[in-house]
This record gives sequence, structure tokens and C-alpha cells, in this order.
Amino acid sequence: MTRKHLLSSADLSRDEVDSILDTAASMHDVQRREVKKLPTLRGRTVINLFFEDSTRTRSSFEIAGKWMSADTINITGKGSSTSKGESLRDTVMTICAMSVDALVIRHSASGACHQVAQWVDASVINAGDGTHEHPTQALLDAYTLRQRLGSLEGRHIVIVGDLAHSRVFRSNVITLGRLGARVTVVAPPTLMPSGIGDWAARDGFATSWDLDQTLYAASPADRPDAVMMLRVQRERMSGGFFPTEREYTAGYGLTRERLARLYAATPDLPILHPGPMNRGLEISAEAADATSSAILDQVSAGVAVRMAVLYHLLAGETEAAA
Amino acid sequence: MTDLLLKGANLLGDNEADVLVREGVIAEIGSIRAAAELDGRRLTVVDAAGLVLLPGLVDLHAHLREPGREDAETVASGSAAAAAGGFTAILAMANTSPVTDTAEAAERVFDLGRAAGLVDVQPIGAVSKGLAGVELAELGLMARSRARVRVFSDDGKCVHDARLMRRALDYVKAFGGTISQHAQDPRLADGSACCHEGEVSGRLGLPAWPAIAEDVVVARDVQLARHTGSRVHVAHVSTAASVEIIRWAKAQGIAVTAEVTPHHLALGTDLLTGYDPVFKVNPPLRPDEDRAAILAALVDGVVDAVATDHAPHARHDKEHAFPDAAFGMLGLETALAVVAEVAVRTRLLSWADVADRMSFAPARIAGLADQGRPIAVGEPANLVLVDPDASWTVDRSASQSLSRNNPWHGRTLPAPVVATFLRGECTAYRGRVRGQFDPEEIA
Repeated sequence: MTRKHLLSSADLSRDEVDSILDTAASMHDVQRREVKKLPTLRGRTVINLFFEDSTRTRSSFEIAGKWMSADTINITGKGSSTSKGESLRDTVMTICAMSVDALVIRHSASGACHQVAQWVDASVINAGDGTHEHPTQALLDAYTLRQRLGSLEGRHIVIVGDLAHSRVFRSNVITLGRLGARVTVVAPPTLMPSGIGDWAARDGFATSWDLDQTLYAASPADRPDAVMMLRVQRERMSGGFFPTEREYTAGYGLTRERLARLYAATPDLPILHPGPMNRGLEISAEAADATSSAILDQVSAGVAVRMAVLYHLLAGETEAAA
Repeated sequence: MTDLLLKGANLLGDNEADVLVREGVIAEIGSIRAAAELDGRRLTVVDAAGLVLLPGLVDLHAHLREPGREDAETVASGSAAAAAGGFTAILAMANTSPVTDTAEAAERVFDLGRAAGLVDVQPIGAVSKGLAGVELAELGLMARSRARVRVFSDDGKCVHDARLMRRALDYVKAFGGTISQHAQDPRLADGSACCHEGEVSGRLGLPAWPAIAEDVVVARDVQLARHTGSRVHVAHVSTAASVEIIRWAKAQGIAVTAEVTPHHLALGTDLLTGYDPVFKVNPPLRPDEDRAAILAALVDGVVDAVATDHAPHARHDKEHAFPDAAFGMLGLETALAVVAEVAVRTRLLSWADVADRMSFAPARIAGLADQGRPIAVGEPANLVLVDPDASWTVDRSASQSLSRNNPWHGRTLPAPVVATFLRGECTAYRGRVRGQFDPEEIA
């Protein structure tokens, strides 16, 4: 695989996704060693350039880089660009003038990573751009699901939440689709992205406004094999997207009652959430902490998947993985 | 001033004749003998065989950025771009810094235009003080000023308050004014909207305006125009539904006019997938159905005019993430060629129709007496020669504009402007303006 950037999940073919997930599995083994260090990226410099707050993604990339022996530097530039009057191009060109090999970028604006990739020589990895995509999140979700379910071919994954503003959803429908999963996305109409009807028809996923109908389908074949809950920002209420928290929870939350009914049919149903969670809003404490919850597995997989991505973009396939 | 003889020009694309210009006025049309002198006066003879002669183009909508952002454009550089594009008159939008909301500000822009002397620069006045959308600007004083402002617009912002729009429409009747509305209800999208709302924006995760944000304001404004008995002009109409509302309103006898931009006719939402901010514009690029509808409306006359919405920006204001970058694209130098590409080459419009949509109609809407006149004896010689059979490749670095946000860069377009004449004087020749070419070259 000779890929320079990872900007969108759509960049990756089925083979590439498989290859990254396989590499991630061997990286995951490294995590369990006492000495968690590979020499693979020794002498390479990876900059984590985070224009937007992030704890888990940034630390996950940082640990991934360090365990690969890359020199990893974090730059948090919250609002540094436009608020100081500096253009995004000037900001990234300044950093790249210090000879970096990869830029891991988180930005509040959709498309920021695509633009940066046009300007710089370094590899660009999208660590979340606005409400567009978050490709490594989708990879770690796929990795986690594969660990739980085996092959995702024909498996039914239900994604619930604020789809309109979710980069996790946008990357997941692509990556899970690549792996042959059936995806249904659920949200109230106001939290569906515009044009999703045509989009879903073209890309072969299903949409629903009714969570219960989706979770408790009459036909066992249509019941979910995994449920992924997305974060709903409380400030969406002021935008008129939904009236109150309790109304959202009643319609779209993974409540204790919904969990019990799901467990009656599928006791080991994997429950995913990209975090950070709003306990009591989109996910109940019972669901977050359920025995089948995969939420901490996702975090653990995050490091392995990001090691695999760094490996694929920076080291190439000529060197052994581990 | 020497006299000018255009030999063998194709007038409006449908009859070939020689045109003699004296003292800035068309003196004779017919078969005229070419000579170095005529009646003892020096004569510049231009071989116009194979070229189409149109009335000088008039742009209802250009952003010249002066005062305030002279790094992006000045009245002089914008005038140069206009002349190179075949224009002899342009209306300068009010959203400068400071805003053109007083007589003094309007006269300043007017005077800068006259000093540059490449096109007639006619300032547009703001509807509201500081474009704030709260109180009326000094519309009457701007109208009475030396600049004789007749078109008022808060363009860049919508006059969204219905009461203010009603008062503005009512007030400008006293001096024959027109309100040019940037139709876009700001409440139907959040403040960060940066493209058309639809499948593409959904996939790209970009905050967007729905088409109805335009439609509902157009619908309201034609009713306000009817109620007040005043004239409303819809700037850069971009949706199929808005066009249908305007069609209906015209059928009711409501005094509404409308313009479309070349970029809304030719560029679609598919261009956004690379997040290149050169395609970020307000109103946003629309899907093919809307493009087809506004083109059809331009052809059948429901849309009266083509206007550029020329919007220069300094490079660093476009080198941000797409949602953070500035809105707008260049248009003065490419407008005629784009119209030729989408409407003339496709035989939807004749050159005579182009003269109507890009000169007669906009001059009429703007109330410019000496512009947009027929090519006839006694009329001011505001003219443009176009090569209908040639093509050219757009090079943003060759622009007269100070900015480079040119969405047409690298494209091959038809119908380059050969020469532009303002009151008989050649202001631009093959992309260069007066001072950049040798007057002997045109002969």
C-alpha cells in the first residue's frame, strides 16, 4: 500500500482496510507486552496538530507514535489560526518548514485536512475535521466490531444519534460498508444530514426515524448485531434540533428499558460509543457499563489502529510489522 | 481625440457594417471608405472583420473593495478588469469599509471611478446604515449627490427585516430608486453556512443554506413591491423556485427585475468535493436543476440581466479551511465568455440577446442614461468588439484584478474580448488596458 494521506474513509479500499486492521491486530499484541516499543518509525517526526480540543484522539495518536519510536510533538492551536489573523496555510507551512514527516490534524472545519494536503509535503492524517469525517475512529470501530463479531459481512450495525453533526457516522458508513456490513442510521429528522435520502440510496445504507422499530425488528435477520450510540451535544437544543433532553432520551436514548429488551434477544450485543458520553442523555449508565459494552475496547483499539495507520503511511510494507 | 472607424464589424451578430465614431459618438453606420484622414481629421481604422460589435457591457453588481481593502481591489484595478472584460459601466456594491451609506462616500467612489476613467463607475448605496439592517441609510442624500445613486443594496447581507424593506421600497419611489436585494433569510441557516444545503453538503459535513432561504425572501419582496408600488431587483437569483416566483410576479405586473451570475449558470455543487475555497460564494453554487432553471429564465427573459458579483479577495483570505474562507469569486474578465459558452455556443441566446441581457437591460435597471444604448447614429460610442470564433485559456495570473480567486483558471472559454471603447476611446485591447498597449496596435 503506497498511500500518502488518510483524509477520508473513502480513500481506503476494502483491501486496504483489511490490511490496516490486520496490522492493528499485531500492534495490539505489542500493547500487551511489558516493553511496548517498536523501532519502526525511529527518526521520523509526527506532529499532532490539534486546532480543536481532544483528549482521547490526541493521546491515542501520541502514544501510537511513541510506541513506534517516532518523535511525536503535540501542538494545540485552538483558534490560533483565524483568530490571530493567520491563514491556515501559513500555520501549517510554518510547522512543515521544520521538516516533519506526518501531520495528524484535528480541525473544527470540515475539509481542513484536504486543503492542508494540497499545500504540504508531509503525510496528512485526518484526526477529525469538523462535521465531515474521522477515518481512524471508523477503523477502530471496525476493529472492535471484528474482534466481537468476526467477519462483518452481512452484519447489521445500527448507528444512533446526531448524524447531522457527526464525523464518526460519516466515516463509519463508508468503512463498515467496505467491510460488507449492513448499516442503519437512526435520528430524528432534524438531526439527519441534508440530502441523506439520496445519499443512503446511492451508498446502500438504511435510515430511520424510529429507534424501536429498528432495534426490535420483527424479522430476526433485521435485528442489530451491534449498536453504536453517538454523542448528542446539549447545545443543539438551542438550535431547535430537539425540544428537551428527556424527549430525546425517550425517542433515541439507549435507556435501561431498551437495553433489557435487547438483551432478552441478544445478551452479548456489542454497544459502542466514540465518547465522550453524555450518560443519561444518549446512553444510560446501565448500557455504558453493560457486560457487552465495547466502549473501553474501542479506546484500547484506538492506539493499535493508529499505530497501524502510521505504519502504513510512513513505513510502507517493506518492513516487517512487529 | 482621433476618430475611429470599425471596418466590417458584425453589429449585434446580425448585420455587417462599418461604424464611424467622432467625438465619442457614433457618427455614421454603413459602408465607409477607410483612409488615414477623413475630412482632415486623423482616423484610426480598426479591422473588425469577423468580430461581433456589442454595446459596452454594464454590470449591475461588482465589489471593488475600495475603500477598506485596497489590497484585494481598488476602484482603478476593478475598472481595469471591467474594461478588459468588455464593460463600459459597472455598479460598485456598498459593502466597503466604511460602507457607502452617505452622499460623501458615494461621491468618493464615483470620483475614483471617473479618475480611473476606464469604465463609468456608478456607486450603489447601502439600504441601511452600516449594512446593519436596522435604520435606513441616507438614501435621499445619496440620490441627490453628484453620484446620483439610484440602486440601493445591503448586498452581502439580506434586508431581512420586513418592515425595513417595506420602508426602503416606499421611500425610494420619490427619486425613482430600486432596491437590489440579496435574498437570503439568515434565520433559515446558522451563521456558519457556506454552501448549498443538499446531498453534497451532507456528505461533506459543511454547514449550508437551503434554497428556500432565498425563495421565501423573494416571495416576500415581490409582495412588498406590489404593496408599495415600488421596484425591487433580485440580485444573483440562484434557485428554480425563486425564478418561478419572479415569473409569477412579472405576470401580475409587479415591478420586479432579476439578475443571474455567470458562475451560477455554469458551476455546480459537484465542484465542492475538493473543498477548494475558490468555489465558496454567496449565494452558493447550486445543483444542476437550479442551474438549468436560471439559464432557461435568462433565455426567456424572466431573468433580465447577467451580473458578475465580481468579488475579489486577497489570497490569504481564501487560504483558510473552507468554512472559514471568504465568500466570492472574480467575474468581470470572464463574464461574457462564460455567457457565450453556456448560452451562445448552445444557440440559446443570440448576440443581440446577449446585448440585451448584459447591456440594455442592466443599464435600464440601473437608470444609466448613456449606457446600454443601441448601436445607432447619435448614440455614445460605448462599444465592445468580441471574437466569436476564437477561444482563450483563462490564466489567473494575467488578470487586471489585484486578486486571484478565479474559478475559471485553466479553463478554455470562447469569445475573447478584443477591444472595449468608452465614449469612443479604446480602454482595453486584448486583456490589456489603456497604458498597457500601444494605441497603434488596434489599427
